Amino acid sequence: MSELVNLTINGNKYTAEKGSMVLKVAREHGIRIPTLCDHEAIEPFGACRLCIVEVTRGNRTRIVTSCLYPVEEGLVVQTDSPRIVRNRKMLLDLLLARCSDNKVIKELAAEYGLEKPSFREEYWEKHDCIVCGLCVRACEQVVGVSAISLVNRGVSKEPKPPFLEKAKACIGCGSCHYVCPTGAVTMEEKNGVRSLPRWKVSFKLKKCPKCGIEWAPEAQLEYIRKKWKLEPGFFDLCPNCR
Amino acid sequence: MASKLKNAKALAALHKKLAKDIDTEKCHISLCNGTACRPYGSNPVAEAFKADIEKRGLADKVEFKITGCHGFCERGPIAIVEPGNVFYQRITVADVPEILDNTIQKKGPIERLLFKQDAATKTVARQNDIPFYTEQQRIVLGNNIRIDPTSIEDYIAIGGYSALSRALVELQPDQIIKMIKDSGLRGRGGGGFPTGAKWETCREAHGDIKYVIVNADEGDPGAYANEGLLTGNPHSVLEGLVIGAYAIGSHQGYIYVRNEYPLALKNITLAIEQAEKLGLIGKNILGSGFDFNVRVNRGGGAFVCGESTALMASLEGKTGEPRAKYIHTVEKGLWDRPSCLNNVETWANIPLIVNNGAEWFSKIGAAGNSGTKIFSLTGKVNNTGLVEVPMGIKLKGIIFDIGGGIRGGKKFKAVQTGGPSGGCLPEKLLDSPVDFDSLLKAGSMMGSGGMIVMDEDNCMVDTARYFLTFLEEESCGKCVPCREGVKRMRQILTDITQGKGEMSDLELLTELSAHLKDSALCALGSSAPNPVLTTIQYFKDEYEAHIEDKKCPAGICKALIKFSIIDEKCPGCGRCVKTCPTQAITFMGKKNPVILDQSKCIKCRTCYDICKMGAVSIE
Repeated sequence: MSELVNLTINGNKYTAEKGSMVLKVAREHGIRIPTLCDHEAIEPFGACRLCIVEVTRGNRTRIVTSCLYPVEEGLVVQTDSPRIVRNRKMLLDLLLARCSDNKVIKELAAEYGLEKPSFREEYWEKHDCIVCGLCVRACEQVVGVSAISLVNRGVSKEPKPPFLEKAKACIGCGSCHYVCPTGAVTMEEKNGVRSLPRWKVSFKLKKCPKCGIEWAPEAQLEYIRKKWKLEPGFFDLCPNCR
Repeated sequence: MASKLKNAKALAALHKKLAKDIDTEKCHISLCNGTACRPYGSNPVAEAFKADIEKRGLADKVEFKITGCHGFCERGPIAIVEPGNVFYQRITVADVPEILDNTIQKKGPIERLLFKQDAATKTVARQNDIPFYTEQQRIVLGNNIRIDPTSIEDYIAIGGYSALSRALVELQPDQIIKMIKDSGLRGRGGGGFPTGAKWETCREAHGDIKYVIVNADEGDPGAYANEGLLTGNPHSVLEGLVIGAYAIGSHQGYIYVRNEYPLALKNITLAIEQAEKLGLIGKNILGSGFDFNVRVNRGGGAFVCGESTALMASLEGKTGEPRAKYIHTVEKGLWDRPSCLNNVETWANIPLIVNNGAEWFSKIGAAGNSGTKIFSLTGKVNNTGLVEVPMGIKLKGIIFDIGGGIRGGKKFKAVQTGGPSGGCLPEKLLDSPVDFDSLLKAGSMMGSGGMIVMDEDNCMVDTARYFLTFLEEESCGKCVPCREGVKRMRQILTDITQGKGEMSDLELLTELSAHLKDSALCALGSSAPNPVLTTIQYFKDEYEAHIEDKKCPAGICKALIKFSIIDEKCPGCGRCVKTCPTQAITFMGKKNPVILDQSKCIKCRTCYDICKMGAVSIE
């Protein structure tokens, strides 16, 4: 059993495993902290900054990202102090100016009282991607194929397939699509083909000979079969018919 | 070169021999071949010296040395001649035979090559009498003049590696750490974190493998202090690094040098090879049983890699992006192992402290800010160059006493310290002391030692816009506040310089600034607002002029200015007609004023700059 520590979040006392992250501890106790670049299956990154909280240790108070800040004995956390709310609102203001047409961002911004960006209209952009890197990190850490990566620096940074060509290593698993918080990684399935236009790839879906359902990309099944050293034909039937 | 030194005694003996070999009967000429003197033509001058000495068989009379940066870049190429401590400036190939003649025949200094602040003042022959040097305290940079940076013998001759020898033989690691703590040395990379405390945490951190790292990724526009030191005296940095490694318990070091510093890379790589050959790096250094290896890594050109975690990511072969430092790099740094990263200048201070003691060091500079700091003094100041001053010196002292005041008799407007994300400080703060804490309080920072002086011709709104543009380009793009916030700030500033600003923009800029300081991931983002905040704080009138009157008082922002010819002053010489790139100026015959066609004028300023009569006005 690892060491337990006492901490305070928004005035309430909690016990948590030493070294676990503030965000995780808060969520376990039903305290909501908004996030965009966080996912339980993926290492925290600290890019979207929405999960910022105020932490006090001794007589020093500062703003940290809760996804990356480990709890320790006596830590005092404020998740919604006026300073935090002000900063979160500005973050959403900046994101809204970047993604002025995006549903998720608009809803989140509205929660903080923002109907439209505070910036001049000519600055507004219509991206869907907020460059949180979840798609890239899922592909690398969860799927293990690293078919895509973040390219360029600064304002022109974005997730892209290698050399901006078709993502050759992609297996069409769609993890990037599922983890994307803003719907920027789209995925379509039509006529037995799954396509991920952002990575310029499409995959033939495997059809179950028994029930006729098109249940997963052949490339993905082949990747899993090889990785787990399963016999050929293992994935011939869909999970329901197996 | 001498063979491997088996112990401290062997090093001491080598030092004694090399020091004795310095022939004081000979004349010594030390030519600066630093980063500024080279483009001024130092290389051909060096060749000319070598050729002439050989041709005339003067080798037994003259000791000629090509060295790293002497500091007074404004006057390059420069050389120091001993005996006499004569300072020659702006030397050309044609001057070489005369310098040699005068030196050997002891005819006294050559008047035309001596320093003179301006037409009204007298020439000064001795380097030690030139105000640029007298007001400095060059404990770290001073040795540049005395050594050929490609010669380890030169370094050992002046006592090099004696501090390492002392550390390994006489001192225990904790004694060294206590010494560094007592000295009060703070990180010269900008943060000003106490070096001794950093070393102590790293020594105490869990882990068998620990790393020491030299940060030589100096990317500030206009700053070259680290370059001057690493190129001019690479062994001093290396010696400090080995001492630090011994104190911390590290056996592997990395030197991260930006690839845009080819000479620094060459010299430090050579220095490592030489030190390895002499057994000052490698296994069982000086018979102490301590092993240490070091390798040089080249930076890929990103400003953000000067940030410690981004630098370590880059060393690991990953994208140079910072990460949160809630768990410090001294505990989990490079490859998640305890890592102690210090700036070039910090490392170079270590041998001095070990040799002279903590008390000696703590007496230099000011309380809480001991030692000296090297600055790259650039901009609209008369004497540009690398200056090393005791901390606590007033800004005025650097700009006016050392820097010789503002170029062309213009009026001082602002000084920016600490690189692109430093603040711009106005005239009323010229009496502030230059130390970590005072600069921070004034809204700027020490940074790694950039100091850019601006005069009445600089527009402060445009200056803020310029630096934010730089920071926008150099932002890694990982976190939202920096990637999106700096971009918006740059857009707003650009609008203001184009006459499209509103007074409410200032509020928005201030809000964005506070947000970046609070929420950005690394220091690039959290310090990016400094140029904006300080210019709003100290030069608000300029913002108001741009926004309310749609005027640029300094005459810089093109959208807000108009060039015109003052007919009474124009003699019709036609110089501006020839240089105007858009044929906007028409020649009307001698003695008749030229005519400027506003529709063709692109406001490039060439007519204004070329007119000797002051007949071009900017409104």
